[in-house]
Amino acid sequence: MGLSELKVAVLSGKGGTGKTFITVNLAAVAGPSTYVDCDVEEPNGHLFFKPEYAAEEIVTVKMPVVDQRQCTGCRKCVDFCRFGALAYSNSGLMIFADICHSCGGCMLICPEGALSENEKPMGKVRKWVAENVHGLSGILNIGEPSGVPLIHELLSDMNDRPHPVFIDCPPGSACAVMESIKEADYCVLVSEPTLFGVHNLQIVWELVRLFKKPFGVVLNKVLPGEAMAESFCAERGMHILARIPFTQHLGLLNSQGSIAVREDEDTRAVFLDLLKAISKEVHCEATAHS
Amino acid sequence: MRIVMPVEQASSRGSIGASFGRSPFFLLYETETKESSFIENSALANPGGAGIKAAQLVVDQGVNAVLAPRCGENAAKVLQGAGIEIYKTSSRSIEKSIDSFVHGRLPLLEETHAGLSHHGAE
Repeated sequence: MGLSELKVAVLSGKGGTGKTFITVNLAAVAGPSTYVDCDVEEPNGHLFFKPEYAAEEIVTVKMPVVDQRQCTGCRKCVDFCRFGALAYSNSGLMIFADICHSCGGCMLICPEGALSENEKPMGKVRKWVAENVHGLSGILNIGEPSGVPLIHELLSDMNDRPHPVFIDCPPGSACAVMESIKEADYCVLVSEPTLFGVHNLQIVWELVRLFKKPFGVVLNKVLPGEAMAESFCAERGMHILARIPFTQHLGLLNSQGSIAVREDEDTRAVFLDLLKAISKEVHCEATAHS
Repeated sequence: MRIVMPVEQASSRGSIGASFGRSPFFLLYETETKESSFIENSALANPGGAGIKAAQLVVDQGVNAVLAPRCGENAAKVLQGAGIEIYKTSSRSIEKSIDSFVHGRLPLLEETHAGLSHHGAE
C-alpha cells in the first residue's frame, strides 16, 4: 500500500495532547491530501487551514415517532430496545430521543405499524479546500448525546477525496473514537511523555490492539529527561515514530493558528520523517500480511 | 396503597438505595396489609437508559408512589406519565421512610437529576 492510498487515524487518550497539531501538520506536509476532523464536539483543524470556500451539509438521524391511536400497548418495542429508549404506561408510549441510537429496531418489531421515522438534524459536515488540502469537518449540534452518526457521515465522504487521508479523532477511546478509526489503515497514537501521558497512551493502545490496527507512537511536548512514555513503549515493543520537542516557538505558532511545517524548517523535517516512517510501517505491515 | 423503594439489599433491614434506576432491588410495600416483597432491578446492567427500564418495571407493578432520595429525569418522566408520585426520602432507613410516608411527612421530590447514562464515557 502506497502513501497515495493511505488512511491514517491520529488518536490520544485525552484532549490537549496534540492530535490536531499532528494531524494538521501531517496533512500539510503530505501535499495533496485530505484532513478529516472527527473531533465533532470541538472541531478546530479548519482554523489552521483557513479555507476560503466551504460547503455545508446537514446530517440527520432517524427518530421513531409513535401514532398513539395505533399503539395497543403490547410493549414489544419496549422489551426490544436494549438502550431503554422506550417506555409504556397508561399515558401511552414514551420515546426518549436522547437515549435512542436510531437503530430502527422498534419499527421493525411493532406488529401494529404504530411507529414511523422522522429525520432529526444532529449536526453538519463542512467540506472545504485550502490549497492542496481537502477538508471535512464535522460539527455536532450542542446537546446532542452522540457524534457517531456524524462521524460515520464524514468518513463515508473521504474515499472520493485526495489520499493520503488524515483523520483527527476525538479524545479518549469511546464509541466516537472507535467509529473514527474503523476505516483507518494505520493509527498514530499521540502521547505526552509524562506519567499522565502514559496512562492515556495505555487506553488508546488497548483500543488499537482490540481493533487489530497497525500503529505507532508520536511523543509530543517532549522535554529532556522525561522518559516515562519512552520506557512504557520500549517494554511493550511499541514503535516510537517521532519525538516532537516542547518549545515555546512551536507553542506560539500553534496558538497563532499557523501550520508549523510551513513556518519552521526543523519541524517540517520532523514531519517529513514521520510521514516516511508511517509509509514504511504500512508497507511492512502489508508485506507481513500478504 | 402500593409503594416502592429502591433498596441496596433484598432485606427489610437493608437501606434505601442512593439512586432510583441504579439500585439493585426494589421493595414493594402495601400500606394497608403491611406486606412487603422484593423485585430485582433487571435494568441495572443496562448500558444506558437504566432509569427508563427501571421505571417501566415499577410502572408494571401497578404502584401508586415511589419513595427515593433522588431520581433521574427520564425515570421521573416515565413514573409521572403513569401517574405515580415520587416522594423524597431523607433517611436511609426503610422503616423510618415508610413511617414518614404513612404519616404524610415526606415531601414530593421536586428536583430530578440528569441521567447518569451516557453513550460511552468520554
